[in-house]
Amino acid sequence: MAMLEVKNLSISFGGLKAVNSFHVTIEKGQLYGLIGPNGAGKTTVFNLLTGVYKPDTGVISLDGQTITGKSTIEINREGIARTFQNIRLFHNLSVLDNVKAGLHNHYPYSTLSAVFRLPDYYKQEKAMNEKAMELLKVFDLDKEADYTASNLPYGKQRKLEIARALATEPKLLLLDEPAAGMNPNETAELMDTIRFVRDTFHMTILLIEHDMKLVAGICEKLTVLNFGQVLTEGDTQTVLHDPQVISAYLGE
Amino acid sequence: MSFISYLVNGISLGSVYALIALGYTMVYGIAKMLNFAHGDIIMVGGYTVFIACSTAGLPPVVGVLLAVIVCTVLGVTVEFVAYRPLRGASPLAVLITAIGVSYFLQNMALLLFGANTKSFTSVVSIPSLQLADGQLNISGETMVTVAACIIIMIGLLAFINRTKAGQAMLAVSEDRDAAILMGVNVNGTIALTFAIGSALAAVAGVLLCSAYPSLTPYTGAMPGIKAFVAAVFGGIGSIPGAFIGGILLGIIESLSKAYISSQLSDAIVFSVLIIVLLVRPTGIMGRKISEKV
Amino acid sequence: MKGKKLLNKTWKENAVTYGIVIIAYIIIQIMVQTGNISSLMKGLLVPVCVYVIMAVSLNLVVGISGELSLGHAGFMCAGAFSGALFTKCMADTIGNPVVCFAIAVVVGAATAAVFGILIGVPVLRLQGDYLAIVTLAFGEIIKNIVNALFIGRDENGLHFSLKSAMDLNLADGGEVLIKGPQGITGNPRVASFTIGVILILITLFIVQNVINSRTGRAVMAIRDNRIAAQSVGLSVTKYKLMAFTISAALAGVGGVLYAHNLTTLTALPKNFGYNQSIMILVFVVLGGIGNIRGSVIAAAILTVLPELLRGMNDYRMLIYAIVLIVIMIFNSAPAIIGYRERFMERFKNKSKTKEAL
Repeated sequence: MAMLEVKNLSISFGGLKAVNSFHVTIEKGQLYGLIGPNGAGKTTVFNLLTGVYKPDTGVISLDGQTITGKSTIEINREGIARTFQNIRLFHNLSVLDNVKAGLHNHYPYSTLSAVFRLPDYYKQEKAMNEKAMELLKVFDLDKEADYTASNLPYGKQRKLEIARALATEPKLLLLDEPAAGMNPNETAELMDTIRFVRDTFHMTILLIEHDMKLVAGICEKLTVLNFGQVLTEGDTQTVLHDPQVISAYLGE
Repeated sequence: MSFISYLVNGISLGSVYALIALGYTMVYGIAKMLNFAHGDIIMVGGYTVFIACSTAGLPPVVGVLLAVIVCTVLGVTVEFVAYRPLRGASPLAVLITAIGVSYFLQNMALLLFGANTKSFTSVVSIPSLQLADGQLNISGETMVTVAACIIIMIGLLAFINRTKAGQAMLAVSEDRDAAILMGVNVNGTIALTFAIGSALAAVAGVLLCSAYPSLTPYTGAMPGIKAFVAAVFGGIGSIPGAFIGGILLGIIESLSKAYISSQLSDAIVFSVLIIVLLVRPTGIMGRKISEKV
Repeated sequence: MKGKKLLNKTWKENAVTYGIVIIAYIIIQIMVQTGNISSLMKGLLVPVCVYVIMAVSLNLVVGISGELSLGHAGFMCAGAFSGALFTKCMADTIGNPVVCFAIAVVVGAATAAVFGILIGVPVLRLQGDYLAIVTLAFGEIIKNIVNALFIGRDENGLHFSLKSAMDLNLADGGEVLIKGPQGITGNPRVASFTIGVILILITLFIVQNVINSRTGRAVMAIRDNRIAAQSVGLSVTKYKLMAFTISAALAGVGGVLYAHNLTTLTALPKNFGYNQSIMILVFVVLGGIGNIRGSVIAAAILTVLPELLRGMNDYRMLIYAIVLIVIMIFNSAPAIIGYRERFMERFKNKSKTKEAL
């Protein structure tokens, strides 16, 4: 069974069809790319998948479960986590606390045991700290654990966002332009990290990216979006050499 | 018939709220700050007329003009001294500073004029209008207040839509940074906004004190808060909204005083505000703003 | 283990705050015992405790949850009147004034919490200045209703009215407990500085422990970025409401303490109006938004300051206003912050070169 299956997904804003009968099927463990020119509706697709917008038509199913119309919070609990194009960290919290906020729903001790500092509080906080540090180590952020998130350099902020998303233990991870604003070295490093995440966590990943080197380097399959509609889909190499795709990018 | 007379009272009171709310809403729309001291400018306007007319014996017209001048200068000065250095600081910091200015004005008045209530002589000399065989009595103050409010609102709309300075105000309220890039003098525009808002407050102060002739250093505080409520009620930042919000608030207050309970009238006014905001979170005429993800 | 160290660090931070309160208490107690304190100051000791509790609890909403609330005095009012009413009804039955007061505190906190939930559920959907004005409105409504409220008691139980004492239709021998604008009279004044400090410590204990827990983390995450918080599965409504309700309950505690320091409790604008709410907000902002220790210190100093300025007589509130404006400009004006940073930088560099030598 496919991890993510989307059929006939549409939404319009004030008469404009931002996304028009979008469809995609992603298998478990796949690294899937969503590309397309600026304004094609890629981020809108993410917002539809994560419940930020409610679709006008269409069905979204995750691992066999229909999640169409659920709220962002419910969808996260069902197993979709994401990052944002314009980084959205909890900027006044420490790096460690950013990840611990992601772990929140998996360590449910009560507020009362926090107020009275019951053993449950210490036990679960300790487990949370260990788990969070483990995740930070994956992204080479463990040395910055007690930094304030906003003080991290840009590339590390992007990584922290991925770590935070992973902390919610998702089945599907959505990355919105993870390499935006990175230099070639950082991008190369990021590619390794994304591959590593997929392999160690057996994660299914859908990413939006403009950096074709990254897309060609790690994505196994691609969907190309243009004017809110699927232009073409298929294996990365085939799609990237498709004349339709090239002309869409060059704006003919 | 008594219902209509309560209604007329409400419209009269509402016009005063609307005048104050216009100032609130302009400052909010353009400088993006809650000017808590706005209500106290009203009080300063009231005292200026009191000194000019009752103490110095000048004619009412001169008194009103003086009040407008004093309040305009005061508003611009306050903006320059207290608010301008804080441009770009957190909204809370500006809010607390405005509260500081409010305390300052109240205590300055307390020091200069004392805590005693001054009985204010109305500046309006138009006789009251008797309608329906004398059953309905519309006072001169009411007529002047309502007329002044309507004229000022129309003038303000014309100013904003027809003049260059008004367009600059719109630009600054829409996007301050873009306005700077387009060569709009933002500091000048904000100062002008304060000048207009304070001048309106002076007029409102004179009319308020003419209708309710008692003047203390705290006279402006509660009408200031009510006018702020009116501005939010109508959709803060919107000029017609402030007008409608003010009038509605005055009517609700007057009718609930008459028919429900004078002690609970404030509670009723505030409850209506809450209900309106829950139904329309940005007020009656406000625009909906949503965050882009 | 890094995480362990972090836990220890916050624990130390919190301990310092408790320490400051306890040391201040000991010093003041010594001054009181040795008679080195004016009677005016003595009269301010309980109010200082009240305002510290109010400021710390408001900081939970304004600083930690990031929502501007201008109705904190309303919750104080709810707590004060419910607590005082409880004492008035039950003082004779219970006998021991301290036990009675302790229960009154719980009653006041619970009442204020109920108001917190009732207000929070509809209101927390609003944001920014709209939330501010609605909380202000609710504060005024609570004050207004309490001001018009009559409660009496006779052998048939409690009677309520919003009109007059006559409307209560009390049987012979009935007693009017809350007399509308005259409020509650003849309260026992059981509040003391020691009780106040104990309540401060309890408030700090609750607030700091909540902040340093998953609940507090969720609240702060929502404050920092609502959309991201939802994307990691944090329920915005639940945690905002929780912070708001805890804050309201603690304001109720402050109100009970306030009520038991007065023989006559009235819902005047001076006591529970928006000006009072704003005053508390001023403490929070000057102490540092989100800084609990700062709230304690700012509330204590600013409550005492007008009394210290009493020598200036007529000018004292004027000076208070000027101090407030100057502090805000000094603390928050971008130009001055830049200047201060450059100054500190130079200072640091100098000390560094010294070290190098």
